[in-house]
Amino acid sequence: MALATLAEVAWADYQLNFQEPATKLAREVYDLHMMMMYICGAIFVGVFGVMFYSVFKHRKSSGRTAATFHENTTVEMVWTVIPTLILIAMVWPVTKTLIAMRDASSADITIKATGYQWKWGYDYIKGEGEGIKFMSVLSTPRDQIEGRAPKGEHYLLETDNNVVVPVGKKIRILTTAEDVIHAWFVPAFAVKQDAVPGFIRDTSFRAEREGIYRGQCAELCGKDHGFMPIVVEVVSAEKYAVWVAGQKKKLAAAAEDPQKVWTLGELKQRGETVYAQNCAACHQPTGKGLPPAFPAIDGSKIATGPKEAHLNIVLNGKTGTSMQAFDKQLSDTDIAAVITYERNAWGNHAGDMVQPADVKAARQ
Amino acid sequence: MNATTTANGHAEGHAGGHPDHGHQPAGLMRWLTTTNHKDIGTMYLWFSFAMFIVGGCMALMIRSELFQPGLQIVKPEFFNQLTTLHGLIMVFGAIMPAFVGFANWMIPLQIGASDMAFGRMNNWSFWLLPPAALLLVLSMFVPGGAAAAGWTLYPPLTIQQGMGMDMAIFAIHILGMSSIMGSINIITTILNLRAPGMTLMKMPLFSWTWLVTAYLIIAVMPILAGVVTMTLTDRHFGTHFFSAAGGGDPVLFQHIFWFFGHPEVYIVIIPGFGVVSQVISAFSRKPVFGYASMVYAIAAIGILSFTVWAHHMYTTGMPISAQLYFMYATMLIAVPTGVKIFNWTATMWRGSLSFETPMLFAIGFIFLFTLGGFSGLVLAMAAVDVQMQDTYYVVAHFHYTMVAGALFSAFAGAYYWLPKWTGHMYNEKLGKVHFWLSFIFFNMTFFVQHFLGIAGMPRRIPDYALQFTEFNQISTIGAFGFGLSQLLFLYIAISCIKGGEKAPAKPWDGAEGLEWEVPSPAPHHTWVVQPIVK
Ligand code: HEC
Ligand code: HEM
Ligand SMILES: [Cu+2]
Ligand SMILES: [Cu+2]
Repeated sequence: MALATLAEVAWADYQLNFQEPATKLAREVYDLHMMMMYICGAIFVGVFGVMFYSVFKHRKSSGRTAATFHENTTVEMVWTVIPTLILIAMVWPVTKTLIAMRDASSADITIKATGYQWKWGYDYIKGEGEGIKFMSVLSTPRDQIEGRAPKGEHYLLETDNNVVVPVGKKIRILTTAEDVIHAWFVPAFAVKQDAVPGFIRDTSFRAEREGIYRGQCAELCGKDHGFMPIVVEVVSAEKYAVWVAGQKKKLAAAAEDPQKVWTLGELKQRGETVYAQNCAACHQPTGKGLPPAFPAIDGSKIATGPKEAHLNIVLNGKTGTSMQAFDKQLSDTDIAAVITYERNAWGNHAGDMVQPADVKAARQ
Repeated sequence: MNATTTANGHAEGHAGGHPDHGHQPAGLMRWLTTTNHKDIGTMYLWFSFAMFIVGGCMALMIRSELFQPGLQIVKPEFFNQLTTLHGLIMVFGAIMPAFVGFANWMIPLQIGASDMAFGRMNNWSFWLLPPAALLLVLSMFVPGGAAAAGWTLYPPLTIQQGMGMDMAIFAIHILGMSSIMGSINIITTILNLRAPGMTLMKMPLFSWTWLVTAYLIIAVMPILAGVVTMTLTDRHFGTHFFSAAGGGDPVLFQHIFWFFGHPEVYIVIIPGFGVVSQVISAFSRKPVFGYASMVYAIAAIGILSFTVWAHHMYTTGMPISAQLYFMYATMLIAVPTGVKIFNWTATMWRGSLSFETPMLFAIGFIFLFTLGGFSGLVLAMAAVDVQMQDTYYVVAHFHYTMVAGALFSAFAGAYYWLPKWTGHMYNEKLGKVHFWLSFIFFNMTFFVQHFLGIAGMPRRIPDYALQFTEFNQISTIGAFGFGLSQLLFLYIAISCIKGGEKAPAKPWDGAEGLEWEVPSPAPHHTWVVQPIVK
């Protein structure tokens, strides 16, 4: 443990400034910040130069008597007007950059990023790749977080499905959220946009270099706020085309026959995975939950009672609690699987099954 | 400033003649029923220090968890409760009551009033605080735990919380009532009970700053009470102020909250400006430079503080025109802030300086608060703030203004007036040690957080990526150093109360003001006959 900590300390390269900018606007922000540093630094040295001169020269212990002046209108005017002028000079370039940052028009690709507690959902809604959608969840294993395994290089900044975008293309990100406010933040692009439930906001970036850029949710969104990273892979146009084709194939393969009748074993097996990815954060892998905030599923009234109530809470969630509606997040099959799993895992032995067709019917 | 006082104006004045003297209840009842501004001031100060320790322990738990990447000490949900309570307790339980304590003690002494205008309300406004604090602390032990949505309490996260959230809301209501009563008292006292000849423009700056602050409090505390009440009705009574599904808007909360919140940050700092102005002038043995422009700058800051709230919300997606407006308005507020710093520097210029502990804390204040002002300026630049918002940079910024700002000025004031309160000199050597330890450990804790924020570490996270490790470790070590150094202050204060060199009426040769004309310790009743200021 101690050794592992030491090793980590040795790897981590600390950093005094922004991450290397990967877009033109991020570079402008970098330069603006440097400009502010120089100006503020100069003022600081000026003011405290005077003050510390006083501190060293105008000491009582060196026998000084105090002067008596206590007013000087000219001086006071000067030090009101000059800072005002400096501020105006600073604000001008910032205004220009800000206006450019807020211009999300004429994008090549539009992606909707939806914040959930605690993962991101992405829908490619316009441009090359249209129709691709997936969830993106932290992929750092629990063991690393809890100190049972050494931490990997990209600890907490890695996901199962990265956002992939082509280099040099303008990407517009629409943000929204399902439950609480989240924020989509990628430092290397100088992009941060709150994702507000019930509203759609936008931001954009045009990456200049290929590479993998990592960020995190930047608005407190509950228990696992620190565990919902954002990873953007910027690739060449060719690689992007290949990725799009691959995703499309996957989507087609995932579109199962809705009429297929599954066996209990199949549903339970699939349900276990769905549960681990979507429900375990709150209800815990053991099904015991974290009462009273997150109730147990093991032995719960709903998971051992009639199927309809169980379907209802998973599809529609429960307003005013963090139990979200999963109807838009999961396919019929996944919902059927996870419900079946919950009804037949741990100490629950309902023995019954929910088929995708039941879910389809319940959605109406 | 000169005052002529009649023979029974102070000192000997209370020896006889006034029937109630000496007949006050003793023991606990004395403190429960007192209407004396000095007793109440003392209780405020002790309460605030106790809250400072409680909030500080929470901060140390937060910093311990952040010593290393990974989850070691607390669970994420508890971590969020700690950050929330730490913020609420420090702002509403420690800093604000500390300055109300100073106000109670010093304003009547400074303006030549025999007590605060409304004695019983004064008692009541103090005794509201302990139940509110209890509600906050006990909320950690109710099912679901304390509020965990951050001290800014943004919905819809607040809608999801357990009853700890309701307790926090009630605590805020009570604290708000207490501050409003305190403010009414302060305004009435200053406007009506000034000694003959004590015109407003002769009033010591500490009293001036409180006059502005009290108006700010009366203006904004009801707004906070309103917005948390809206949260309460959204939670329990089916309203949808902040839920889009019912036609509301979560961002509406943020607008209302920050309409309170930005003036609030000035409520926290403005009385500190007053303390520092007086301390700098006393130990430079020179009148405050530009007294009138100081007063105007404070008033300007007070008024402008209502016009900049959405600079906390640059990333919520407001229209570009609003972003530009809030950016320009925020830059504007930096001008009067700058004026104050220039004025303090000019006050020291060609003075006859000595560096007792109050002066050290005052200079430390100016130095570090200026850094906080600069980081505020950086944050005000909307394009740059997009990188900084909700990262550790913001955490660094507001600790430079609230800890190195408000708290350091409170220490400056405490050392400055301790002889007046206790009748003894504090231990100067230890006071200086306290300053230097605080100064060094403060910077160790918070300076590095600028780097963390710039590199992209979000705030309010219990675990972080590996590249943030070193700075977090430095910060945690600094935090423990800072926390432990404050126990030294407790020791200094207690030994000063218990004994020590006798303090003369005016222990600081450069100090000015009526408070130095009454003996030390200030007798229970002062200015029974009003002094006349010439
Ligand atoms: C963000 C946290 C969170 C996640 C993720 C989550 N739940 Fe829940 N769940 C809750 C909360 C909170 C409740 C309690 C709601 C209430 O107060 O009735 C709940 C209640 C339930 C219940 C009813 C339990 C009972 O007997 O009251 C079921 C069943 C359930 N969830 C299933 C699921 C499934 C299936 C998933 C994954 C697809 C899931 N939950 C994911 C927070 C969550
Ligand atoms: C020159 C004067 C100041 C300027 C220009 C300024 C500017 C700002 C800005 C722009 C932010 C928002 C940052 C963000 O969320 O991205 C901010 C945050 C903050 N400031 Fe200041 N500030 C100044 C002085 C002060 C003072 C005097 C205090 C308190 C004593 C203060 C306390 C805070 C606090 C508490 C926050 C963070 C609130 C939160 O998100 O929890 N600031 N400041
Ligand atoms: Cu978050
Ligand atoms: Cu502000």
